[in-house]
Amino acid sequence: MNARYSKIWGRLTESMLFLPTMALLLILIADFFLIHNFFAIEVKDGHLYGNLIDILVHGSPTMILAIGMTLVIATGGVDLSVGAIMAISASVAAVMINPTIVGMNLTDPKFFLNNPQYTWMPLWAVIIVPIVIATLCGVWNGVLVSYGRIQPMVATLVLMIAGRGIAQLITNAIQVVIFNDTYAFIGNGYIILPFSLYVVVALFVCAWLLTRRTSIGLFVESVGINFQSSFYSGINEKRIKLFAYAFCGFCAGIAGLVVTSNIRTSDANNIGMYTELDAILAVVIGGTLLGTGGRFSLMGSAIGALVLQTTITSMLSFGVPASAIIAVKAMVVIAVVLLYAEQVKSFVRKLGNFSLRRETAQ
Amino acid sequence: MPDSTNDFVVMTGIDKSFPGVHALINVDFSVAKGEIMALVGENGAGKSTLIKILTGADHADKGTIAFAGVIVSIRSPLHAQELGISTVYQEVNLCPNLTVAENLLIGRQPRRFGVSIDWKKLNAQAREYLKELDVEIDVTRPLGSYSVAIQQMAAIARALIVSNARVLILDEPTSSLTAHETAQLFKVMKKLKNEGIAVVFITHFLDQVYAVSDRVTVLRNGTLVGTYPTASVSRLELIRLMLGRSITALDNMSAHKMESSRHISAEPLLVADQLGLSNSIEPFDLSVHAGEVVGLAGLLGSGRTEVANLLFGIDRPDNGTAVMGGKPFKDFSPTASIARGIALCPEDRKVEGIIADLSVRENIVLAMQAGLGWFRRIGTKEQYEIADKYIKLLNISTPTADQQIKNLSGGNQQKVILARWLAANPRLLILDEPTRGIDVGTKADIQKLVLSLADEGKACVFISSELDEVLRTSHRIVVMRDRAKVTEFSGEVEETEIMKAIAGIAS
Repeated sequence: MNARYSKIWGRLTESMLFLPTMALLLILIADFFLIHNFFAIEVKDGHLYGNLIDILVHGSPTMILAIGMTLVIATGGVDLSVGAIMAISASVAAVMINPTIVGMNLTDPKFFLNNPQYTWMPLWAVIIVPIVIATLCGVWNGVLVSYGRIQPMVATLVLMIAGRGIAQLITNAIQVVIFNDTYAFIGNGYIILPFSLYVVVALFVCAWLLTRRTSIGLFVESVGINFQSSFYSGINEKRIKLFAYAFCGFCAGIAGLVVTSNIRTSDANNIGMYTELDAILAVVIGGTLLGTGGRFSLMGSAIGALVLQTTITSMLSFGVPASAIIAVKAMVVIAVVLLYAEQVKSFVRKLGNFSLRRETAQ
Repeated sequence: MPDSTNDFVVMTGIDKSFPGVHALINVDFSVAKGEIMALVGENGAGKSTLIKILTGADHADKGTIAFAGVIVSIRSPLHAQELGISTVYQEVNLCPNLTVAENLLIGRQPRRFGVSIDWKKLNAQAREYLKELDVEIDVTRPLGSYSVAIQQMAAIARALIVSNARVLILDEPTSSLTAHETAQLFKVMKKLKNEGIAVVFITHFLDQVYAVSDRVTVLRNGTLVGTYPTASVSRLELIRLMLGRSITALDNMSAHKMESSRHISAEPLLVADQLGLSNSIEPFDLSVHAGEVVGLAGLLGSGRTEVANLLFGIDRPDNGTAVMGGKPFKDFSPTASIARGIALCPEDRKVEGIIADLSVRENIVLAMQAGLGWFRRIGTKEQYEIADKYIKLLNISTPTADQQIKNLSGGNQQKVILARWLAANPRLLILDEPTRGIDVGTKADIQKLVLSLADEGKACVFISSELDEVLRTSHRIVVMRDRAKVTEFSGEVEETEIMKAIAGIAS
């Protein structure tokens, strides 16, 4: 009996999801005791509201980015440019809705006040084109890394810096307010739950199918662990890397749309600022190894993003000023580093064995 | 004769378990001052684990270690070094981009006025230390610019200087050395022995056990078989002790080979015509027939691996043409080779072979899956079937197909890599040193496997540093020297004939 418990404990602690899930639970338990009514959920007009829902909504962009970032990190790389790609995607969408910012004259200066639902391009194009352009940005990163053999950090730094400039060029550095309600539905709409959550779930399912129901996931892990062995085994490791970066760009494109839609503004200067760091942190909390790559867990990364967002939301409702949140994130980083240290891991394993042994002794 | 009651290091009742493996079971091991103790055993016998415990890299579950008569608990590799236990590994772990002298004396550089490094003195000291080992080289050149043998000497010198070693452990130091370099290493070992250092020598080459060691300890499956004065056990006896079974199977092989040579097809499967790559390998002609084993003999660096890499498309040739099954091809890449039916089991298992963190199952299906592409995934159930089939067929010892390959012993890892390529169902299988660093039993298994593959009508290119192995398995032998094909033998050949060709002596 005890041997079985020990085995289950072993398998549980070995699982990639163990630590992120435990972290999430711990924070939620702390919230339960420390913050009044943290778990309260209200129903208004058939929609759900509450702290938990807020966490899911505000965590959506990070979750979306983390899904793409997981593949990149699993190949042994990193993508610093996702924030900038978000800005590009947002700017492209803004221009396609409201062309005045690029100097096109509409007959009536109060045009948008009278026709708030107007979009210059059809709405489907407003959604598709930015995502395509974001994916191309990802392809650019992928080409630099795989065919150009440039260090991922350096290669994606190019677009991280240039991308925001490009986004400002597209919108003439003007903040564009978006009136179109259908577009705003992506980030604000509700179908019982916030619409952006459906976007996250759909993307997650797609990513899971794409990696686990094809051989891409295996190849990504293989390339991350040992790219040379992978090459000798006939895996086109360059194409796998290219794919990972392109997919990461694709995700960043979607995240850009979700954020602009949510705040109804395209602000090339601020959208997606520092989100690359959140995404990387979420992936690392999720158990995918930064730097070495290899085994990855999409679910781990999604939970990682939630751990991050729950921490932030809890701190805000606890009364920590918003300006101090960065310091909180830093503490999360320290906690993660400690948790994933081999010494701590083996300590947890021993703890399990020890408590079981004591039970047997009694 | 060293006095075995005067043992310097005594390990008693060492026991060690890893998840799923009982690596060492109540093992005793000792070595005396001024003695060379050989440690032999098949892969997975527990040699590495025992050494790891002695050097503090791992800790025993049970048992004691006595050092110079005092029981110690070795906490870490650093602690072991402080005690005077130094290890030189198969792979030299010094810094190739620092100079030899820096490598030797890093951390204890002689200083001028206590501040700046006294380079003159540093280099002189380094030269002095190496001279003691009969190595005279320019110590101001980067370590990486020297051969592996010299690097190993530097590693030994460093071990002796830094920790003032009283026990020196050499973990398969000769696997990548030439005969001459090995002889040089042995000279150094004997010299150290005479200076009263206790030397532990791990090797797969039985010749070398007899050449240098005073006593030999045999491990098998984690248990101690025994410790014997080397002179008192015969070669055959030693092999019997290591394997626990007789190896007549090895000698039956040449009959098998004669038998199988009748199946060789008349039409060549692969023809290389003046294939070459500048700065890598001179243009060569080579043809391989279905059902045939072609051996590539030659010294390390003679161009054997370069031939394999060209045929498999790791490198792209800049000269000549290649034809596979009657169809000329120009797209040289591993992916294209798999589609064409060519497989390469690479030389460096760790760097080019295994994907350490993936499971045995995933490692086995990898090449087959790469051949199928991204979107035709082999179902999980089928993956298990394939993996289990090869685990059984090749007798891979692993608890389950889900075990990470890095937890397997070297020989079993090699079998997994072989399984990877057999699963891809190639028509031509290139094996680059498939038996390097693995035990005698597995070696025989692999040699037999190669012949039975030829029986099934597959073509094989077999590369090995061990001439008797090439002789035993190959229908035809191609000799390489100085990055060029020198000559070709078929039919019955004398070993000396081939050796002369390898050495470049006109016969």
